[in-house]
Amino acid sequence: MSTTARRAPLPAATRRRRPFNARRAGAWALLVLAIAVSVLPFLWVLRTALSTNNALASNATSLLPAEFTLGAFKRVFGLQSPAEAVAEGGSGAAIDFWLYLRNSIIFSSITTAGAVFFSAMAAYAFSRLRWKGRNAVFSLFLGTMLVPPIFTALPNFLLIKNLDLLNTMLGLVLPYVFMTPFAIFFLRQFFLNMSREVEEAAMLDGAKHLRIFFQIVLPNAAAPIATLALLTFIGQWNEYFWPLLVASQDDVRVLQVGLGVFKSQSPQGAPDWSGLMAATLISALPVLILFAAFGKKIVNSIGFSGIK
Amino acid sequence: MTTLAKHSRSASAASASPKPQGSHRRLGDLKIALLFIAPAMIGFVFFYVLPTVRGIYLSFTEYNILGDPEWVGMDNYVAIAADPLFWNSLAVTGQYVFLNILLQTALALGLALLMHNVAKSTIIRGTLLLPYLMSNVIAALLWFWMLDYQIGVVNQFIEWSGLPRVAFFGSEAWAIPTQALINTWRHMGYTALLIFAGLQAIPSHVYEVAKLDGASAFQTFRKITIPLLRPVLVLVLVVTVIGSFQVFDTVAVTTAGGPVNATRVIQYYIYQRAFTESDFGYGSAIAVILFLILALVAFIQMKFLKGNESDLD
Repeated sequence: MSTTARRAPLPAATRRRRPFNARRAGAWALLVLAIAVSVLPFLWVLRTALSTNNALASNATSLLPAEFTLGAFKRVFGLQSPAEAVAEGGSGAAIDFWLYLRNSIIFSSITTAGAVFFSAMAAYAFSRLRWKGRNAVFSLFLGTMLVPPIFTALPNFLLIKNLDLLNTMLGLVLPYVFMTPFAIFFLRQFFLNMSREVEEAAMLDGAKHLRIFFQIVLPNAAAPIATLALLTFIGQWNEYFWPLLVASQDDVRVLQVGLGVFKSQSPQGAPDWSGLMAATLISALPVLILFAAFGKKIVNSIGFSGIK
Repeated sequence: MTTLAKHSRSASAASASPKPQGSHRRLGDLKIALLFIAPAMIGFVFFYVLPTVRGIYLSFTEYNILGDPEWVGMDNYVAIAADPLFWNSLAVTGQYVFLNILLQTALALGLALLMHNVAKSTIIRGTLLLPYLMSNVIAALLWFWMLDYQIGVVNQFIEWSGLPRVAFFGSEAWAIPTQALINTWRHMGYTALLIFAGLQAIPSHVYEVAKLDGASAFQTFRKITIPLLRPVLVLVLVVTVIGSFQVFDTVAVTTAGGPVNATRVIQYYIYQRAFTESDFGYGSAIAVILFLILALVAFIQMKFLKGNESDLD
């Protein structure tokens, strides 16, 4: 509600005067329905993850867990013996989500830090420096947004393979760590709108560009950089296709790929639903935490960029 | 895309008429600029430009990863033209794209109007955005469970209401609509927020004038809201179409192309040819075709709908 005033100056006042009629009630009902559709599936996942597989089959609709247990979480973290796991409806195959969780955190953190920092440097050159060909080079960078990821994924896979970097963290992060076109575009817009005065005063004092970048531009753009880092981290966390291609071994496999593997190992006739939903919840948890902490930042960033 | 065009225009205007003060020094910033874009340039050249060139080259070769690529000219493209699995993947993907446009845009527009008219709260917007922040894999598995034929909660309700159960993932007729539903669930709130931002940008005096002229709610919507919203709607359409053409994750985790060929979408077919059958030349050729289709779609939508111009000016 607080953003109403900032986004549209007028309606806040007129809205309060509008009477509560049937049409408004209908609109609210639809909105509540949309919210329910967005949120209830997560509660259902939690309920399933806390149930046993046997009880799920006979009790498929109660809102509370069917036979409450933490077995599914133990199974996913590799804390159950194969025999125990099979008895509770698992496949018995070794699965260790701690490892995948670690890999996902490393992968997402490195790529986010690298992409945001290097993109900020490039965005600085594209906005605050004057040089021949600047706008042409920027257009070329932007043009890469139009290339579908699948198209570059095949040759990139071959490059990583030629470099002998398959199944290494380095091979996994390389295509993302130098920049993303979106990050450059996003930061350039903020840098363009920054006031020149402080910068020029610093220049008169003899400050060089590196100092201006680190001591003036970066601190002043802390808020958009934080938003960008947040969006980039979530995007990287959710990445599936590239890690699927280059990181198939356990010591570099990320959560999203681990989830897919876990699903395909699950017995066909009677899937390990509670284990699968526990794993799903673990994979979603970091994003849910970020969302709880910085939800407002994320929501407000969308009206701004209108792209991606 | 509109903001993009606008900004590059203002940027070129700025560089065309530099402030006299200190301008000659700034034009000589080339050296330091090269230093600043160097890391990004490495990524740009090695992971965007060269792979694009290599991908096009590979599409004219036969290459199974082990030996060297062997130049075969147009052979891959000729084979693709006669490949029923390729045409099937195109048809299946087309169906998926169509369903997404229909469901997603309509629902998102409705949702955006609801938010605009009754609730602008950040909390509500955030809640609706939650599915979008989840990965495709998570969305796919979550619905794979909820839509399970045997004990999925949705089928329990369908049966409870007296209808026959639906094999959402198992029947050829339902497989693609189910994938589209999952994607719509994940993107609906995000798309609604984009449209919502567009609605917020329409000045209220336009509506006041319409009200004074005695326009009905529907007339206002059709004659004012939709035309003024057009740039945003075009953007949403382009993003939706280009995004849905590249569907892969949800298919890969749930149906893996099946039942039979019902969900063998383009990107999944490329993946299979290149990585399962080690036929990189053929896979690259389909990828080139996908690239061309997407470029064409973006071009047509921008031209046809005149997306860059707003009626507001």
